[in-house]
Amino acid sequence: MAYSDKVMDHYENPRNVGTMDKEDKDVGTGMVGAPACGDVMKLQIKVSDDGVIEDAKFKTYGCGSAIASSSLLTEWVKGKTLDEASEIKNSDIAEELALPPVKVHCSVLAEDAIKAAIKDFQDKQ
Amino acid sequence: MKLPIYLDYSATTPVDPRVAEKMMQCLTMDGNFGNPASRSHSFGWSADEAVELARKQVADLVNCDPKEIIWTSGATESDNLAIKGAAHFYQKKGKHIITCKTEHKAVLDSCRQLEREGFEVTYLDPETNGLIDLAKLESAMREDTILVSIMHVNNEIGVIQDIDTMAELTRARGIIFHVDAAQSAGKVDIDLANSKVDLMSFSAHKIYGPKGMGALFVRRKPRVRLEAQIHGGGHERGLRSGTLPVHQIVGMGEAFRIAKEEMATENVRFAALRDRLYDGLKDIEETYVNGDMDKRITGNLNISFNYVEGESLIMAIKDLAVSSGSACTSASLEPSYVLRAIGRNDELAHSSIRFTIGRFTTEEEIDYTIKLLHNSIDKLRELSPLWDMFKEGIDLDSVKWAAH
Repeated sequence: MAYSDKVMDHYENPRNVGTMDKEDKDVGTGMVGAPACGDVMKLQIKVSDDGVIEDAKFKTYGCGSAIASSSLLTEWVKGKTLDEASEIKNSDIAEELALPPVKVHCSVLAEDAIKAAIKDFQDKQ
Repeated sequence: MKLPIYLDYSATTPVDPRVAEKMMQCLTMDGNFGNPASRSHSFGWSADEAVELARKQVADLVNCDPKEIIWTSGATESDNLAIKGAAHFYQKKGKHIITCKTEHKAVLDSCRQLEREGFEVTYLDPETNGLIDLAKLESAMREDTILVSIMHVNNEIGVIQDIDTMAELTRARGIIFHVDAAQSAGKVDIDLANSKVDLMSFSAHKIYGPKGMGALFVRRKPRVRLEAQIHGGGHERGLRSGTLPVHQIVGMGEAFRIAKEEMATENVRFAALRDRLYDGLKDIEETYVNGDMDKRITGNLNISFNYVEGESLIMAIKDLAVSSGSACTSASLEPSYVLRAIGRNDELAHSSIRFTIGRFTTEEEIDYTIKLLHNSIDKLRELSPLWDMFKEGIDLDSVKWAAH
């Protein structure tokens, strides 16, 4: 599989790998995918009092493009409001990383992850 | 040491320089380029001589009569000719065929085609070690069974089936027995004179011969009949028409000659390298060997690294040329059907790596491989939410995942 330089960069130097306390009231956690399908993404966001995502962390089990998609996502959501973050489309991720058609589902998963994290945060409030 | 390191000898092998040398002598004007079917001049005669020498070299490795060897374009064609050819010829006796779920696609898809033509096929489940339970094979045999097709060595997990005992079972019932030996010739002893196997497929490029070249053993005593699948000038006793590719055939002959000579010493060397590799990897937590470790060719190691996805692992070890059972590396997006058939769950199938060792593998390469794998798996597990969950003691099977 020939990956773009951007995918390789995120894969080799993943940004914002880590875990936050999922019990923390300011933290929203989204876990999407399934081991049987070959990818599971865990995305966590830390939201400030004024509704801005001040930090994001991820862990991903999956192929190179799944790792790159989630790594890119953490960069993109930092500093965004929840509304702005929920507008991130999988097609934006796929385009930025030049994902081949067979890997577009990885970007879909990333979109699902941020939506799930936002929902988890909102459910806690 | 040169990178990347080739550890995918079951996919294909480089042509041995000694083989390439022989092949190059059969191409140009000053070489042995004639058509072996030309009976009217010396170009044809000497090409024919080279073809018959190669036929003997192939026959010698597997201890059969050279007259029992039919040239084909590769093991896929041999499998097609054997399975469809025997089924078509013997269909008046019955229309039932037995094979196994872990066979190569050349066998499985030939059987699928026969199903479309009205044959009935039983696909046996192997045991969890990849081997077929002989009692289960025997009980699948029926009055109308005409053909059993079982591979000698599995291409993914390298396990060796007991074909000689199977052949006793089929012969006693008058059933034709075909064996795909693409992955075993030159690696495991084959003695067709003292076996009751009826048909056997061979490939050249799995043992340092050229691609696009294979052979089918068709037993003469008792005689096995086949319906030809390719028609034309009546070459190869009418079983496989088409001008014989002399350079390819000579290459296959030389490759089989070398295999016969060097197989025993190579197996000792491969076993040492494979064990070195296994010893270096087995202390990594949550690793599982796929397939029986004893009834296995010396050059194969197939391991699943749990909680690490196969394709990302392959990316991390891009200095190694290996193959994976992961869906992401296949066109179909399905994980390895062989690993599924031996009862591995999808996760383990996704995270499997097949290492196959061959003639040009060195100890230094194995040591590099071990180090690289340790580092890569540490890194990917650091990234893996599943690894965290495993470490927290969460049973992943108890989690309700949203399949997508």
